[in-house]
Amino acid sequence: MQSGIFHSTYEKDMALRHTPAQKIRLALVIVVIFTLPFLADNYYLTLANQILITIIGAIGLNILTGFTGQISLGQGGFMAVGAYTAGLMATRLGMPLWLSIPIASLVTAVVGGVFGIPSLRLKGLYLAIATLAAQEIIVWLVTHWDAVTGGVDALNVRNYLWFQGARMRFTEFQFYWIALALCVGTVFATVNLFRTRVGRAFVAIRDQDIAAEVMGIDLFRYKVLAFATSSFFVGMSGALIAHWRQIVTWERFTVDISILYLAMIIIGGLGSVSGAIYGAIFMTLLPAFLNSVGRSLGGVFPLMDNLIPFIQKAVFGLVIILFLVFEPEGIAKMWRNVKDYFRLWPFSY
Amino acid sequence: MDKFLQLTLAGLTNGAVYALAALGFVLIYKSSDVINFAQGEFLLVGAYVAYFMIGQLGLVWPLGVFLTLVVAVALGVVVERLVLRPLIGEPIISVIMVTIGLASLLKALVSGIWGTNPKVFPAFIPKHEIHIINAVVTTDKLWAIVLSVGFLLLFSLFFRYSSQGIAMRAVADDQQAALSMGISVKRIFALSWSIAAITAAVAGLIVANTLEVSSNISGIGLRVFPVVILGGLDSIPGALVGAAVIGLLEAYSGGYVGDGSLSQVIPFIVLVLILMVRPYGLFGQEIIERV
Repeated sequence: MQSGIFHSTYEKDMALRHTPAQKIRLALVIVVIFTLPFLADNYYLTLANQILITIIGAIGLNILTGFTGQISLGQGGFMAVGAYTAGLMATRLGMPLWLSIPIASLVTAVVGGVFGIPSLRLKGLYLAIATLAAQEIIVWLVTHWDAVTGGVDALNVRNYLWFQGARMRFTEFQFYWIALALCVGTVFATVNLFRTRVGRAFVAIRDQDIAAEVMGIDLFRYKVLAFATSSFFVGMSGALIAHWRQIVTWERFTVDISILYLAMIIIGGLGSVSGAIYGAIFMTLLPAFLNSVGRSLGGVFPLMDNLIPFIQKAVFGLVIILFLVFEPEGIAKMWRNVKDYFRLWPFSY
Repeated sequence: MDKFLQLTLAGLTNGAVYALAALGFVLIYKSSDVINFAQGEFLLVGAYVAYFMIGQLGLVWPLGVFLTLVVAVALGVVVERLVLRPLIGEPIISVIMVTIGLASLLKALVSGIWGTNPKVFPAFIPKHEIHIINAVVTTDKLWAIVLSVGFLLLFSLFFRYSSQGIAMRAVADDQQAALSMGISVKRIFALSWSIAAITAAVAGLIVANTLEVSSNISGIGLRVFPVVILGGLDSIPGALVGAAVIGLLEAYSGGYVGDGSLSQVIPFIVLVLILMVRPYGLFGQEIIERV
């Protein structure tokens, strides 16, 4: 029987996983992600790919908003930068995707850093609105810079493995491994980021920025760095979307997307990598679930089919409100409560 | 010169709607430190309820407008009681997010009930063309300007002289102190949400009257951000000035620069530039921070 988790050495304290239960769960997750593609059909593989790509974006936003405390409504705009950069380089220059994805991520990091500059003087609500401005400006540029982006027309993306090589058409199964590799890499990098000086500086800025500055953290540098790091992953997510869907349109990157991602990390849990993962899974599966329920009910009530999009939006809003009212710390906290309950059972107080 | 006058009038009309929407925004922020992302959806609800009362039920317009305002007050009180009150004391991001959720819910309800097609509103504000010097303007637009300036004056007086208004200012200043002076903070919150809903409904009515009733109305909610940020989140005169500036900027950039598409993005560019120089807006109160 346990009464809590205690560390007796520094190595144990620094470890990412402390208890045998955590290691078993990790092993289970690994088994699931490696067997899933062989068992699932195309529909579920598509969902799995979408979840993996969304997780990368959600972790990116959580680095900025959850860990560094800078509220961003510019997610959609930064994703657009990643998607269009990757799409344009693949299509116009015939660049292979193992090169276009990193370049798109870096370009987005730079753009994110630039839009992070106002964060030195702005905080809270004012910063949220400034990032909203970034969102609107980027989407406007994308839709009006016809010569480069093709304006409001969709951009068809080609996938290559080598420069100007044969055009690839990835199946969902093949793309799963690409998305999985990048997603695992993102999780690994982020979890470790918050064990380094930079990551701890981010958290210090979130908790009290003036106190952080007094302790010798260069606020400007680290805030811009947080924007850049976050945008790097957000851009990667956007680039993956471009290569996965093989089509880029500006409608996928509106302010609604920024809001969707904010909702994800809040419902999942701010300031934790697992929270971003839970949130991404939940928010991807929820509309799919509502859709299939709506379709099966559609046979009984013919009116249902027309109402599905409205029901999806209403449930989306309702879920956010209910989570914030009843469990503001999100799914990550609920999961922690469940674990604590069983670990300390029957003396769970 | 004709074009300039015409654009100025158009800009001021837009500004009038922004000012009304921004007023509700500032009221809520002043009294409860909540930024309301659902303000555009409040406009939407106001416009559609008015359309239901006057267009679908066929009520005479004074009764229809009155009932719309009653519904708006009820909406404000319900939202405050059920959604915002449990979040008192939570971090800013939770409060932002809950109003975003509210926005999504309201918009979905409205489009679920009335569909997404634009509706023709039975306009009750007269729409004659009159000539001012060389510009042509319809009277409904002038009414919009008059109504919003009137409302702003009314609320400035309300805050200055009525006991409720003074109580609201006290709550905005310091909730603890207000409580100890016997002011019910809960009632003040409910009051400010219902006033915000009323101003939003009036703004929605004006848009419905001058344009049409469609789900695009909620987009005004986003346009209001540059307005309130420009003027400062906690300043009523700032909202008026910000609304006029943004409305005029949109009109001029739409009329003079290129194909007019620039008007969508100009307010946001101005917003970023102003925030770089004055982080609390033009008239906003600067907060001195301590660790």
